[in-house]
Amino acid sequence: MEKNKSRRSFLKNISLATFSALSLAGCNMKEIDEFLQRNFKIMSKKEKDEIVRNLELKYKEKYNKEFHVSDAPAMDGVSFGYALDLSRCIGCRRCVYACVEENNQSREPQIQWIQVLQMEKERGVDFAHSDVHYNPEKVPEEGHFYVPVQCQQCENPPCVKVCPAKATWKEPDGIVVVDYNWCIGCRYCMAACPYGARHFNWGKPEIPEKEINTEMHYLGNRPRMKGVVEKCTFCIQRTREGRYPACVEICPVGARKFGNILDPESEIRYILENKRVLVLKQELNTQPKFYYFFGV
Amino acid sequence: MNFIRFIKGSIRIILHGSKTYYAWLIFLLVLIIWGGTGYANQLSEGLIKTHMRDSVSWAFYIGNFTFLVGVAAAAVMLVIPAYIYNWKPIKEIVIFGEMLAVCAVIMCILFIIVDIGGPLRFWHMMPLVGTMNFPSSMLSWDFFVLITYFLINLTVATHLLYSIFYKKEYKRKLVLTLVFISIPMAVGIHTVTAFLYNAMPARPFWNSALLAPRFLASAFCSGPAILLILFQILRKVTKFEIKDEAIWRIAELMVYAMFIYLYFTVSELFKEFYSGTEHILYWKYLLFGIGDNHEIVAYSWSSISMGCIAFVLFLIPKTRKNLVTLNIGAVLIYASVYVEKGIALIIPGFTPDVLGQIYVYTPSFTEIRTATMIFSLGFLLFTFVVKIAIAIIFEGYDIDVIRSKKLRTIESSL
Repeated sequence: MEKNKSRRSFLKNISLATFSALSLAGCNMKEIDEFLQRNFKIMSKKEKDEIVRNLELKYKEKYNKEFHVSDAPAMDGVSFGYALDLSRCIGCRRCVYACVEENNQSREPQIQWIQVLQMEKERGVDFAHSDVHYNPEKVPEEGHFYVPVQCQQCENPPCVKVCPAKATWKEPDGIVVVDYNWCIGCRYCMAACPYGARHFNWGKPEIPEKEINTEMHYLGNRPRMKGVVEKCTFCIQRTREGRYPACVEICPVGARKFGNILDPESEIRYILENKRVLVLKQELNTQPKFYYFFGV
Repeated sequence: MNFIRFIKGSIRIILHGSKTYYAWLIFLLVLIIWGGTGYANQLSEGLIKTHMRDSVSWAFYIGNFTFLVGVAAAAVMLVIPAYIYNWKPIKEIVIFGEMLAVCAVIMCILFIIVDIGGPLRFWHMMPLVGTMNFPSSMLSWDFFVLITYFLINLTVATHLLYSIFYKKEYKRKLVLTLVFISIPMAVGIHTVTAFLYNAMPARPFWNSALLAPRFLASAFCSGPAILLILFQILRKVTKFEIKDEAIWRIAELMVYAMFIYLYFTVSELFKEFYSGTEHILYWKYLLFGIGDNHEIVAYSWSSISMGCIAFVLFLIPKTRKNLVTLNIGAVLIYASVYVEKGIALIIPGFTPDVLGQIYVYTPSFTEIRTATMIFSLGFLLFTFVVKIAIAIIFEGYDIDVIRSKKLRTIESSL
C-alpha cells in the first residue's frame, strides 16, 4: 500500500510537470487523476471503493440521476456456467436488445454483445453459411435454426493471453472482464477471439439519457468511452448479486440456462450431467463455459 | 559539449540546401499537413473515421506497420552480404542501412500509435509504469525488440557520423559488436511481428508455420529495393563509390529472396487448396472474392503481377544488369510487397470473420491521409539524416569547417 501510494504520488509529480500543457488545454485535476488511475486488477479494496464512489458522482453530474456503481468481487465457491438450448431458440433477438439496455451499450454507433446466427438445418452448425442479418416477417423460419453467440467466458481465454497491458483478465468466478480505463484500444484481443465476442467503441458511444441503467458494476455495464473494447460479462452487476443475466430473464422460450457449475444442485449442473452438450470451436482448446445443447 | 556542437552542425546542414532540396521539403510538408488534418479528425471523432469495424478490426495501419518492420529488418541484413563479399564502402552501407532502419522503426511506432484507441494510454503497456503483459503477449515482445533495435542502430549510425565529424577513429570494437547484435535482431523484429499474427488459432489464414519465413523472404525483397535506388542516387550526386557489381549482387540476392518467397507461397497455396478444408475461404476471398464481394481481388492480383514482373526482370541477367530495367524491377517489387503487407496479408485474416460473416474492407480516405502523413514524416526524417550523412562523409563537413566559419563570422562582425 505504502509503496503504491508513493508511486502514485511520483507519477502525479511527473504528470504535473509533463502534462501542465494538457491542463492548459482545459483538463482539470479530476481528469489528470483519471488519466493516472492504475490497473483496477492491482488496486486495493480501498482504492477500488474510492474509484467507484467518484464514478457515481461523475455520472450523477452528467446524467442528473442517482447511480450505484459496484466493485463487488467474485463470490467464494462460485464458477458461472451458461447453457443454451438450440432446440428451443426461435431467433427472436429479444436477448440482443435486453442486453443492449441492461448493459448500456452504445445505440449510435450500434454495439451488440449478442449476435444471433441463422443456420440451415441441413448444414448443421456451419458459420460460413450462417447469416446474422436475417430479417423475415416471422421467426423461426422453416428449415432454419438459431445460434446466439456471445462471450463464451473461456477457461483458457486467448484474448487475455494476448492483451499487452493486462487490461483484460479472468475473474475467480470465471467471468472475463475488461478495465475500460486501462484498455489502450489496440484490439489484439479482438483478433484473438474465435467467437467475435469483443466489440470496439469506434466512435463516441451514445446512450439516451432516460434509457441508461443506473445499476452498474465497474467491470461491467458502466458507460464506456471512445476507443476501448467491451464484451459480455454474464451481467456481472446482476449475477454477483445472485440474479440472472438479462438475456436469461428475457428469453420467451426458456432456452437460456445459467448457474453455478460448482453447485451440484444447480440446473446448469443437471444439464451438463444429463444432456449432450457441445461447445463452439472445441478444437481451439479455449474451453468455453458457454454450452449449447438440444433439450428436446 | 562536443555532442551539442555535433548536433548544431547537423542542424546547420539540414537547413541549407539547393532549390530542389527546399522544394522537396515543402512538398513533404504539404503532404504532412494534408495528412495531419485527416489524422486530427480521426483523433477527435474516433477510429470510426477509418473503415475498420468489429469484423475487420485491424487493417491498413497495422499492414503498414508490418511492411515497415520488414524494411527496417532488411536494411540491416544487407550488411551480411556487404561484409561477406567485401564491398568497398562497407562503412557507408552500414551507416545508410542503419539510418533507414531507424527511420522505418519510427514510422512503425507511429503506425501503431495512430491505430490504437487511446494513444495517451500507451504507457499502460510499458514496463515499470504500466502493467506490461510480458512474456505472454507477443506485442510486449515486439515492443522490446523494436526499441532495442532502434537504440542499437541509432547508436551505431550516430557514433560513426560523430567520429567522422570530429575526424576521430571510431570505437571499432563497440561498433562491430553492435552491428553483429543488430543483424540477428533484424531477423528477430520481423519474426516477432510475424508471430504476432501467427499465434492466433482463431485466424486460420495466419496460423501457418510458414508465415514468419515468408515475412523474412518478402522483407529481403522490399528493403534492399530502397537501398538499391538510394545507392545509385548517392553515386550520382556524391563521391559515394559503389561498383556496378555490388549493385548487381544485391539484385541477385533479391532474386533468391523472391524465389524463396514464391516457393513458400506456392507451398502454402498447395496445402490450402489441395486439402480444401474450410480454411480455404480466406484464400478464396483474397484471390477470387466470395459471392459479390470482389473488392480486394484487384489488390491481390496487382501485387502478384507486379511481383512476378519484378522477378522476371531480376532473374534474366540482361535486364538485371541494365540499370533502367533494374530500377523498374526495384520499384515494382517494392510496390508489390507494400500492397501484399498493407492489404493482402491483413484483410483475408479477418474476412470472412470468425462467425463466417463478410464485411468488405477497403481503406478509407482518412486512413490514406494518415498513412500519407506518416510516410511523409518518415521521408522527411530520412532526407535529413541522409543529407547529414552525405555532408559529413562525402563533402568533408567537419568540425574544422565549423570552426573556420565561426572565425570568419567573428572576423566579419569585427
